[in-house]
Amino acid sequence: MNVESVSLDDSDVEKIAHLARLEISPDDIPEYVSNLTDILDLVEQMNAVDTAGVTPMAHPIDAVQRLRPDEVSEENQRDRFQRISPQVENGLFLVPKVIE
Amino acid sequence: MQWEVVIGLEIHAQLATKSKIFSAASTAYGAEPNTQACAVDLGLPGVLPVLNEEAVRMAVKFGLANGCEITRRSVFARKNYFYPDLPKGYQISQFELPIVGKGALEIELDDGSTKTIGITRAHLEEDAGKSLHEDFHGATGIDLNRAGTPLLEIVSEPEMNSAKEAVAYMKKIHALVQYLEICDGNMQEGSFRCDANVSIRPRGQEALGTRTELKNINSFRFVERAINIEVERQIDVIEGGGRVVQETRLYDADRDETRSMRSKEEAFDYRYFPDPDLLPVAIDEEYIEAVRATLPELPGAKRARFIDAFGLSPEDATAITSSRDLASFYEATVAASGGEGKLSANWVMVELLGALNKANREIADSPVSAEMLGGMIQRIKDNTISGKIAKKVFQAMWAGEGDADTVIEKQGLKQVTDSGAIEKLIDDVLANNQAQVEQYRGGNEKVFGFFVGQVMKASQGKANPGQVNQMLKQKLQG
Repeated sequence: MNVESVSLDDSDVEKIAHLARLEISPDDIPEYVSNLTDILDLVEQMNAVDTAGVTPMAHPIDAVQRLRPDEVSEENQRDRFQRISPQVENGLFLVPKVIE
Repeated sequence: MQWEVVIGLEIHAQLATKSKIFSAASTAYGAEPNTQACAVDLGLPGVLPVLNEEAVRMAVKFGLANGCEITRRSVFARKNYFYPDLPKGYQISQFELPIVGKGALEIELDDGSTKTIGITRAHLEEDAGKSLHEDFHGATGIDLNRAGTPLLEIVSEPEMNSAKEAVAYMKKIHALVQYLEICDGNMQEGSFRCDANVSIRPRGQEALGTRTELKNINSFRFVERAINIEVERQIDVIEGGGRVVQETRLYDADRDETRSMRSKEEAFDYRYFPDPDLLPVAIDEEYIEAVRATLPELPGAKRARFIDAFGLSPEDATAITSSRDLASFYEATVAASGGEGKLSANWVMVELLGALNKANREIADSPVSAEMLGGMIQRIKDNTISGKIAKKVFQAMWAGEGDADTVIEKQGLKQVTDSGAIEKLIDDVLANNQAQVEQYRGGNEKVFGFFVGQVMKASQGKANPGQVNQMLKQKLQG
């Protein structure tokens, strides 16, 4: 079977890394390009399978979502959660300034 | 060039559940920062979202109320972006298979006509937290209490052609979600928010122009202003030889302008994919019928019934059914008044709403109950008091002096309908104002009002105005 391969270039990898907020070393980019292209090749192989008449699945497990009754059972654990936070003030988490 | 405006709205309604959409933390507004943000809301490692059944039921209720398709198997997806008030790095939303599909809604316009606006879809998603940019010595404060609050995002077709239509649509949805008791509609607290997609095209052209998105508009007034200003801006850009750029813009109410949110260095690339933490949501016929059975009478049906049963004008009927509380109050007033539809409408809309407005109170805590108001209207109807005296009675009831009968009795406001007594008053007034009598008989009919005023004054407002009018006429002619 003939599978058309999709290949990525350096700028694709840089963009993906940026969207995922990952810092990668320029030296490692060729390896990422190769690995990610291999993954896309695998997807291309799957794309070649005839799936006409197969209902798409949104999840590998063939089951439906269980629902939870609308009840409040969580208690305030702010102090515990904020113990691992680098900076808090007046109950707020502080982060570097972000403003539109 | 003649421009046509095209507007689509995305309304975010916070669903009135007690707990969050995927966690058992409280959704109550106004708590101390981060006291209602649990491990799931914070996106700590190892947590799993579990869907709130009430959020599903509310979404289906909304869909059924607008004749929308209900998706039998809807799917949650991750919408990926980085922002500090979104701790997981993605928002759980719905993308390809939203729970509510296509439907439509009818809006009433100022000229009394109606227009049908298509609903594209409505999907469930989680709200983000809040960023506070002030007073943290250069840092941003993050409160995640709101993170995970269930939202129903209601997306319209781009079928509104003016800011007024957009406001009418938004008001209609606002009333509807409150009728359905799925959202408290509190815009100040951000329970009901709106983004507007705005574009223009030469009149007659089929293809849509490039749109801009106006974000987070939180009042009806601002929606109208923001859209009108954005339309003017787009016309200026195009007529100046430029092109509209697809972008997100913020409306600045203080400066009355929209401006670009420039900091986005690249277009959003949300990379939606099905959330592996959540399974498809299955909804069957039986469930849909059970939810349908809980639908209340909707504003449109109520409006038609009020016009039909109580003889209201379409405008009055629209105003009275704009909120469920108001409509219920009105209906209870009509019942207590012995079926006085129009008179009740006038009293509810003018005196009662006026007084509530002035006191900044909601109809739910009106000091004058529907029973009291209806009882007073009965006294107008049976001629115990005139409409003018009724205003006095209303004020006394408002001030807590008891029901209408008590006030009328205590203040001696009972109307004088004894024609002998009224005749005596008229005779006195005519005798004391001979000059005006001559004027009237000489053809100056304007003085008639003067006589009515004098007689009413002499009766301390208690004479029956109809009788006074009639008897005065006879006397003056005679």
